[in-house]
This record gives sequence, C-alpha cells and structure tokens, in this order.
Amino acid sequence: MSTYNSAVVGLGAGLAGFVFALGLGIAGMTNPDNVLAFLDLTGAWKPGLALVMVGAIGVHAVGWRLARSLRNPVLGGRFVLPTRTGIDGALLAGAAIFGVGWGLAGYCPGPAIVDVASGSSSTLIFVAAMLVGGALTDRLVAPLFRRTSRPTSSDDPISTKGVLE
Amino acid sequence: MLHTLPSTLALSLAGGAVIGLAGSLLLVLVGRVAGISGIVGGVLRPRAGDVGWRLWFVAGLILGGLALRSVDASLLGADVTRSPITLLIAGLLVGVGTRLGSGCTSGHGVCGISRFSVRSIVATCVFLAVGMLTASLVSVWTRP
Repeated sequence: MSTYNSAVVGLGAGLAGFVFALGLGIAGMTNPDNVLAFLDLTGAWKPGLALVMVGAIGVHAVGWRLARSLRNPVLGGRFVLPTRTGIDGALLAGAAIFGVGWGLAGYCPGPAIVDVASGSSSTLIFVAAMLVGGALTDRLVAPLFRRTSRPTSSDDPISTKGVLE
Repeated sequence: MLHTLPSTLALSLAGGAVIGLAGSLLLVLVGRVAGISGIVGGVLRPRAGDVGWRLWFVAGLILGGLALRSVDASLLGADVTRSPITLLIAGLLVGVGTRLGSGCTSGHGVCGISRFSVRSIVATCVFLAVGMLTASLVSVWTRP
C-alpha cells in the first residue's frame, strides 16, 4: 500500500473513531453512571442503553449489507472480517470476566478510551489496567490456544481473533 | 438541555444510530470491524502494516471525547464515584475478558449481532447478564 493510500485509510479510520465517540456521547454511554443505571436492576432502572443497542444494530445491519455488496473497501485494501464460528470456553469465560468488570465500573473499552479526554485520574487508572490486562492475556493465554486449536481459515487463528472482533 | 441528554430515550436511540453509522464507515471505507477491544489489542500486539489505521481510529475516539468535553464536560465520566482500587480491578477484568472472549460491547454487541453471528449473540447475552448481576449486587451491598 502506498503512503498516499495509508494516509487516506488512516483518515477514514480516524473519521469513524470520531463519529463513534460522538455517538457514545449522545447516547450517554461516556458517563459510567448512566451505564450502571442500566446494569443495576435494583434501583431506578434506566432502559436507555437497550435502545442504544437497538439503534446501533439497526444502522450497522444496513452498513453490513452494503459492505457485502462491495468487492473491496471504498478506500482500498481488502475486507478483513471475522471467520470464527462455534462457542468455546474462552468466549464464555472471557464474556463473563468482562461482564464482572463492566458491572463494577460501568466502563467498557470504547467509552473508557473516549473518556481519556476528560483527563480524570479515575479514567486513566481504568484504561491503564485494561491495557495491561489485555496485553497479559494476549501473551499468556493466546499461545495456549495456538497450540491446541486448528485454524478455521488461512489466517493465523489468534491474530484473527485479536484483530477482528 | 445537554445535562438531560442521557435521560432522553430518543437520544439513546439516536446515539446508537450514530454508533452504527461509525461502525458502518469503518467497515465500508476501511474494511474493518469496529470492535474497540480488538482494535486496541492489535496496537499492543503489532503486526507490520496493521497498526496505522488502529492508531488513527483511537485518535479519532479521543478527539471525539475532546469535542464532547468542549460541548459539556458532564457528558464524560470525569467524576466517577468508584474507588481507585475498584477501577484498577475492573480495568484488569475488562482487559482480560475482552481479549479472552474476542470482543466487547462494540465488536460482539453491535457489529457481531448485526451480522447475526451466533458467537457474538451468545457473548453479548453472557456479558450483559453478568454485568447486570454484578452491578445489582454491588448496589445492594453498598446501599446505606
């Protein structure tokens, strides 16, 4: 890929990230208190987050169909899409561990990174710990799967896992 | 008015639609799935030629955060009420869980479900249920 193409792809990705952050902000998800008000069923429950997911899934389903009709991404290169199917222990355990962390602080990765802009030490502590936890998992756990699982495509299964979802 | 934004259900739906638009932009323009944990994970575990777009995306997220902050600082969670040790533990768990489970709210919850991935539907049900259980238990235990 030429330098020009890399820059154009970078701008496309940057635009997507910027719009993503605005969406999270409009939806109220960049404030963890709103997220906890949805996850906590014992208080004054706020159903808003369910509607965030409905709106996001509805629009993205259209985007997905559009992408499927294209041979290549608009800015060049090729589509790199998830290939893994099937439910395994790593998926279930990982989702459960993530759920505990999410329920404790009200932060999932996207809003946490957007909130770095607040400069608040609380957010920075969370994001630093999240990066350390993720990096350790990639180093310690991913090699175990590389030894025991067979690739489901020509791609390295671990990088596929890491890159795509 | 902006202070009441999150309490308005119509804005929740609209914000969600904008999130879906952002995911569609990344998919259609760049050919990648907008899973935040995966995008960040690929920065920490770099492969040649596969880092630049990730850094741009993350920069866009933070720039968007700065834009939100300039509109209304209360949109961001600057005054989180959790203790630092809780945030540390929660951050570690989110980091470990999203990498082990191959995704988070964006990758599984939005992108995965909208293409009817069974893996993503199962993962989303699990982290939503466990997240609700955890937040509810914490709320009960810490109630005065």
